[in-house]
Amino acid sequence: MDKGTDLVKRGLAEMLKGGVIMDVIDAEQAKVAEDAGAVAVMALERVPADIRAHGGVARMADPRKVEEIVATVSIPVMAKARIGHFVEAQILESLGVDYIDESEVLTPADEEHHIDKWAFTTPFVCGARDLGEALRRIGEGAAMIRTKGEAGTGNVVEAVRHMRRITGEIARLHGLGSEQLMSAARDLGAPYSLVREVAETGTLPVVNFAAGGIATPADAALMMQLGCDGVFVGSGIFKSEDPAPRAKAIVEAVTYFEDPAMLAKVSRGLGEAMPSVEIDTLAPEERLARRGW
Amino acid sequence: MTVRAGVLALQGDFREHAAALERAGAEAVLVRTPGGLEGLDALVLPGGESTTIGKLADRFGLVGPLRDAIAGGLPTLGTCAGMIFLARATTGPPQVQLGVLDVVVERNAFGRQVDSFETDVVMEGFDDPVHAVFIRAPWIAEIGPDVEVLAEVDGHPVAVRQGRILATSFHPELTGDGRIPTLLLAMAVEG
Repeated sequence: MDKGTDLVKRGLAEMLKGGVIMDVIDAEQAKVAEDAGAVAVMALERVPADIRAHGGVARMADPRKVEEIVATVSIPVMAKARIGHFVEAQILESLGVDYIDESEVLTPADEEHHIDKWAFTTPFVCGARDLGEALRRIGEGAAMIRTKGEAGTGNVVEAVRHMRRITGEIARLHGLGSEQLMSAARDLGAPYSLVREVAETGTLPVVNFAAGGIATPADAALMMQLGCDGVFVGSGIFKSEDPAPRAKAIVEAVTYFEDPAMLAKVSRGLGEAMPSVEIDTLAPEERLARRGW
Repeated sequence: MTVRAGVLALQGDFREHAAALERAGAEAVLVRTPGGLEGLDALVLPGGESTTIGKLADRFGLVGPLRDAIAGGLPTLGTCAGMIFLARATTGPPQVQLGVLDVVVERNAFGRQVDSFETDVVMEGFDDPVHAVFIRAPWIAEIGPDVEVLAEVDGHPVAVRQGRILATSFHPELTGDGRIPTLLLAMAVEG
């Protein structure tokens, strides 16, 4: 029996496709997420909107909180570790979490190095703004990718930008001759072997979800139509006026993302979305997507 | 004849199943509505999150039509979450299930993701072992009289057949083993 193989790590992400992964801060929220039909929950200390408001250093969640969430739901539990903070990741692995998000939403612990994800049996998901960043993370062992977006803003524009950039760069690679791939790898700052694989297959070798700024069923369906495999929703649910119906509606929108009449039906009467932010009003140091490289 | 095989596409790895069915020579169609079940010769319930698939099937009126179609003899393959969805019950709290396969399933029986694994499994009817990947996988805890066990891991059934229903704890759609979709399509051709 081989554990922690690429197939096993990437395989769990395959099972999450077409689903919604929801940020939760305690067992009660985790139950709401599971009842709404989430495919997994993401355990963290504060949702991104509160991290923005609160300031200071944002860290891995309290292990007791993670354990309570693990004990409450039957769906997979993910948790966030700081970029480069491999000890937080070791702790999360020992708690039995099913996926670790090495996340720019938390304060980075290392500005130079991301976690060596090959060293873990637990799979990792990492954020990316472009193809080079996605392939660097996969090169370090990430088994799943998500757009960075701009977490905690309720503004989907950055997630759209990142997804369009990734799909555009993949399409460009797919059209290149083999002799052009090394210079493409140099330009992307990505491992040559992965560049060659993407050029051949025309797709990322791992599942790619949308994340960062998704606040409505329409936002979720937009990301699905742009080619994402599924959706993370952070502050979008539990910072909205009425979380449970919104959570349910976003789950439904991800299944029926190609059916506008169904999207209209599930979007009705959900109350106010989360408080939102225009990206241009954020100072550079307030932009979480710029963390990591 | 070209078999028209539906894949329930509410959530999960339905695209991998559709691709596997097409490689095995079928025409694959994604099913998201009760109307999508019409004119099918075979059906796949994919891997995914069984609670999510059950809730969506319930909310969108698919539970009754799926149950009727499968109980009425539509050849069906369920993998992992699909096996849980087919089963009569789980050992845990109640969740939406079709109840057409007379087994009780224990969810996440092999453990959490850190315990997920791949291994070779000897399967009834195949000369060579199946390379199988188990992801937070279930096993079968109780089995009805009409259910045949096709494969076991550590003494626990992980592949079963009951009439025209085939179910596995593992994911042939991820390992590219064409024998299992081919078995489903053969049931459809037998009529």
